Amino acid sequence: MSRRVDLLIVGAGPAGMSAAVVAKRHGLDVLVVDEQPSPGGQIWRNIETVAATARADLLGKAYAEGAAVVRQFRASGVDYEPGTQVWYVEAGARAFLRRGGSASSVAADRVLLATGAQERPVPFPGWTLPGVMTVGAAQIVLKSSGQVPDKPVWIAGSGPLPLLYAVQLLQAGGQIAGFLDTTPPGRAVAAMVALPAALFGAPGDLLKGLGWIIRLRRQVPCVRHVAEIEAIGEHGLESIRYVTTDGRAATVPADLLLVHEGLVPTIHPTLALGCRHVWNSEQDSFAPELDGWGETSERHVFVAGDGAGIGGARAACLRGELAALRITASTGRLSEVAAEAFAKPIRSRLADALSPRAFLDRYYRPRPAVFVPPDHTIACRCEEVRVATIREQVSASRPGPNQVKAFTRAGMGPCQGRQCGYTVAHVLAAAEGRAVPDLGLYRVRPPLKPVTLGELAALDMMDSVP
Amino acid sequence: MSGKAIDTLVIGGGLHGLSAALHLARAGRRVTILEKSWVGRHASGASAAGVRTLNRDPAEIPISLEAMEMWHGIAGLVGDSCGFHAHGQLNIAEHAHHLPKLESRLARMREAGYEHEELIDRAELLTLVPAISPHCVGALIARRDGAADPHRTLLAFRRSAEAAGVTIHEGVGVDAIEQAGDDWRLRTPAGDFIAPTVVNAAGAWAGKIAAMLGDDIPLGLKASMMIVTERIAPLLKPVISIVGRPLSFKQSEQGTLVIGGGLQGRADIEAQKSFVDFQELAKGARAATDLFPSVSALRIVRTWAGMEATTKDHLPVICASPNAKGAFHAFGFSGHGFQLVPVVGAIMADLVIRGSTERSIKGFGAKRLMQQRAAA
Repeated sequence: MSRRVDLLIVGAGPAGMSAAVVAKRHGLDVLVVDEQPSPGGQIWRNIETVAATARADLLGKAYAEGAAVVRQFRASGVDYEPGTQVWYVEAGARAFLRRGGSASSVAADRVLLATGAQERPVPFPGWTLPGVMTVGAAQIVLKSSGQVPDKPVWIAGSGPLPLLYAVQLLQAGGQIAGFLDTTPPGRAVAAMVALPAALFGAPGDLLKGLGWIIRLRRQVPCVRHVAEIEAIGEHGLESIRYVTTDGRAATVPADLLLVHEGLVPTIHPTLALGCRHVWNSEQDSFAPELDGWGETSERHVFVAGDGAGIGGARAACLRGELAALRITASTGRLSEVAAEAFAKPIRSRLADALSPRAFLDRYYRPRPAVFVPPDHTIACRCEEVRVATIREQVSASRPGPNQVKAFTRAGMGPCQGRQCGYTVAHVLAAAEGRAVPDLGLYRVRPPLKPVTLGELAALDMMDSVP
Repeated sequence: MSGKAIDTLVIGGGLHGLSAALHLARAGRRVTILEKSWVGRHASGASAAGVRTLNRDPAEIPISLEAMEMWHGIAGLVGDSCGFHAHGQLNIAEHAHHLPKLESRLARMREAGYEHEELIDRAELLTLVPAISPHCVGALIARRDGAADPHRTLLAFRRSAEAAGVTIHEGVGVDAIEQAGDDWRLRTPAGDFIAPTVVNAAGAWAGKIAAMLGDDIPLGLKASMMIVTERIAPLLKPVISIVGRPLSFKQSEQGTLVIGGGLQGRADIEAQKSFVDFQELAKGARAATDLFPSVSALRIVRTWAGMEATTKDHLPVICASPNAKGAFHAFGFSGHGFQLVPVVGAIMADLVIRGSTERSIKGFGAKRLMQQRAAA
């Protein structure tokens, strides 16, 4: 049945939970919906179950910090619906939900999208073979069930997450066959200019990362400056071939390859809402255009957390609080002056929390092949369209992603172009001598999550909405 | 603009603009298309691509029947099948009380001498469409009807037009139109284009172009919504619609179900954006699952709304401009223009080159709409 709330928050991760607590404290009628069975988001997944067990220790201190946020969230008294997918948000605003196989809609005066990030798709030859998965997916398994792969795994990639996962995996008794570090040479120099800010603002973060690296190099065979990777196998992964920037090549047997090249904001919901987006050149990704509170170009639609730009859990909590203050003020339950007074210390903490970003973004900027993979690589895994096919579409009329989609079917599958959107844009940009921000991404054609015909049909049988 | 002189400027790179340009170029005219975004950006690329004579307004039937002959030989026109398959279109009567409507339609068709529509009973319906819910009682059928692939059709018309010498400028919208002696001067961000004749095939923006030419033609805006599901094994071949309910239902060559039926989303013509209204679209999903209960569990992969101009009587505007000498209109197809594409291009060539056509376009004059406004 249709309902109405003051504020709908999509996502119960750090940003969504923090925002909910603040908005509820100021008297708003808040509904939080989330896909997971319990609060925490990706970073603090399953934390209520794990917090009291030994697994919490092996997942580390940052993970345990989430327990306090979840406790506050639970105690706040907001309406919280786990196991619920939001498959569309309409301007106005109305959200369409799906829970336990039935669809419903909720009207909300204000919407906060705290939908986080997705792993940057990493297309390379063989990436769709069974036995190749992302580090993030493997970490989900570790967090939710404590399972570790029974055979030694290969990890290939760049960024804090592969390091963290590798340390967690070792801690949990897993084995690592090798770590293929794809961070290109010279990055330390490139990132050096941003180092003082990182050390000054959040010294603990960098020390922690350094600790992971030292531990890994001691315990695991590490290959640095890996430039090319190919997964090889008939029906599943059998071996990995890699080449380093200085030409060292090897083919090694492998059962499981985990890859990761950083995170990008989840922008499908804001694209569907028609919000303006901007290109973040530091993070090689699009993000919604936001004001200092997290409001998008669409009135009363807010974004907080990694969906606003990758910033990590601590920044996400603070961005959530800021958005909630602005939202509360816009309802008249808090004066503008009071909201600004509350916001001031939060903004200063946010600056500290974001201080390592410039360093990390520059140090771990993905190598060029992540953006424009070799021709025989599958770009769109749903419709199995190769990079070469995308490139063949380039002509004098300089087609953009939407035209290429119409003619190749790339991006027409169930993932809605989440996997191939950036690849298609980069391949076209390189071939046409244009910039990715000028080409843009596919238009988003809802639903955001696959809803069935039967579920949609059931909406027609409900009371019509006021 | 420098270079060779242009005989005809076509405004709009949708299927109707491409078809008009193709026919004109094959008749020896030097044609340039000005398209403000890219070829097939709006209605043509968002079309369900139904190729239907069934249940057409009597005024459209003569040209629709000719278009159907052209579709059956479409490769001869544009060098590709356009993914066209003639598996028929059916208008289903779910209940006995829907049958009289189909029977009276058939009687009117027979009276007018048309044989392309027939009534079939439940037994034949179940033979033709075994997956349909057995509660349906009969259907009106046009056996030579079918459906095509909109993207293949666009590509085929574009390639044929270009092969015939048509120049296509994408990303070039028309800002203003001025008279320059006996010529028209079209002002665009890419410079001025000059030609003695202009074809207005600007779809949802055609009213604006008509106004620039001096014709005030009131038009509505449609944003017809479509659903595409995940792929499934072959379920049905004909295209299905139902009496009294919003549904058009078919399976594409790729195996996806394509569900439309004219349910309206929201259009923002200035921003060139359209939005889906799911509460409204639920009616289409419900009609689909009522007729084909087995599809309930299928996942919807995407939905969209395509923007198009609509007229008060849902008939197109196909005529010489009442006020602007050398200007011609082809727009306002009101959600059912896809099938007419090959023939309307030929009509535009008739009008531009000879100033008249033997084809029946009596009901499509712009004046009928302009007079209504004057009377209001």
